[in-house]
Amino acid sequence: MKDREKNRILTKHISRRDLLKGSAFGLASLAIPIGKADASFWEAFFQKHFREMNRDEVKAVIARLEEDYYKKYNKRFNIKTTEALPGTLFGYGLDLSRCIGCRRCVYACVRENNQSRDPQIHWITVLRFKKGEKWVNDLEEAEKYYYPDEVPEEGYFYMPVQCQQCENPPCVKVCPTQATWKEPDGIVVVDYNWCIGCRYCMAACPYGARRFNWGEPRIAREEINTNVHYLGNRPRYKGVVEKCTFCIQRTRGNPGRYPACVEICPVGARKFGNLLDPKSEIRYIIENKRVFRLKEDLNTQPKFFYFFAT
Amino acid sequence: MKRSLFATLVIFALISLIPPAWGGQKEVPRDSLKKPGHTLPEFVVPPPPLSKDLYPCSQCHADMEPNPTRRELTFHTEISKGFNHAKDQRWCLDCHNPDDRDKLRLASGKLISFEESEYLCGQCHGTIFRDWKYGIHGKRTGYWNGKKVYRLCVHCHYPHWPKFQPIKPLPPPKKPYDIKYRRLSEDEIPRNPIEKILKDIQ
Repeated sequence: MKDREKNRILTKHISRRDLLKGSAFGLASLAIPIGKADASFWEAFFQKHFREMNRDEVKAVIARLEEDYYKKYNKRFNIKTTEALPGTLFGYGLDLSRCIGCRRCVYACVRENNQSRDPQIHWITVLRFKKGEKWVNDLEEAEKYYYPDEVPEEGYFYMPVQCQQCENPPCVKVCPTQATWKEPDGIVVVDYNWCIGCRYCMAACPYGARRFNWGEPRIAREEINTNVHYLGNRPRYKGVVEKCTFCIQRTRGNPGRYPACVEICPVGARKFGNLLDPKSEIRYIIENKRVFRLKEDLNTQPKFFYFFAT
Repeated sequence: MKRSLFATLVIFALISLIPPAWGGQKEVPRDSLKKPGHTLPEFVVPPPPLSKDLYPCSQCHADMEPNPTRRELTFHTEISKGFNHAKDQRWCLDCHNPDDRDKLRLASGKLISFEESEYLCGQCHGTIFRDWKYGIHGKRTGYWNGKKVYRLCVHCHYPHWPKFQPIKPLPPPKKPYDIKYRRLSEDEIPRNPIEKILKDIQ
């Protein structure tokens, strides 16, 4: 009799639901890093999605980040959260008949946007093509490691590629955490605090425009740009994806500056403006020059227009 | 501490004495280019990069008899040696005004200053001139929705040899097999090669 009672207690029925609940809690508790007692760590851990935060919450996040960056880099950062200007949709023009492939844009971008120097990250890749060979739909023929003594080289032309800021961005669709999205002014941004580093967006991007921080990003202290935007050039973390933001920290403003790559280009091949303003340079280019967009057949609708001025 | 503060003040005082990149001259607005019905952006053009030793030209040319013949120049030798701008069709006085050398002369006979030399270039390069006015040709800085800084043709194109000279490219991206799996010390972190170029531009 006693044995039977004991047996019944031991084989107490646990419902399928209870078992699943219990194991889910157990697993979740494993994911919580108990060892870290730092308050800012917990705040970061429970940070809400950027677009769901109210002003005070955003302010608190910015204050926390500025403090974190000060501890990490021993420099005072000014993190902006400037919102999109009403009535703007940014567009970019690149004159392929002028580009000489000097890569000034690549490094001006690195300087402005705090890309890691080691491991090396570049947001712009300049491709070199042999004149007369098929190219637009088959970028595999491109050479990105060219390094002659002088450019331009006889018989070649150059095409810089960076984020095309698609109106229909495939990278945004695949993000499982909604850490990347398209802003009202058309810039596709990444929240580095929400990115989990799955790199789906990199696989989805047909332009190879996104970069991954495989290691802890390193920049010499004196080269850090402390004038940053939350959605743009603030320092990144190991294990997050980053990309061109049309220099969101410069361009969002009234008046707003040109992106760094536009200002450095020694031949003036790079053009930038508001697609909704009929008087802008970019609209003049679209209306008067021979314009094409990269891989148009994929219906990504880039806002990056390659053109030939002559 | 006081000494370092004093040193900083001295450095700032010295920096303020250095003239800005355009030699302290004013940027010139271009209202004259605007015509009714045109929608040109608001822009200014910095003064041309004239050498202080050579300009004003009248320093020497005021007392000289203009000589229109094509010849090997004895003074502006680098111009006559390197001259490569439709050289069979053109010689000095087609653009430089013979009577007042501090002015340029259009084909119509109208005299213009060196500050607005785009009219001179625009006589032949009309389509480029039009693109330049609308901000399509040439380097631009400033604000996409505000005042823009244009460049004169001669800021980028040497007028006597306007074709761009080739330049050295900056290094290519690292190849995957060049990646080091080692945490570098602060001094070992590669510096950005653009810094040197920016210093040269300034």
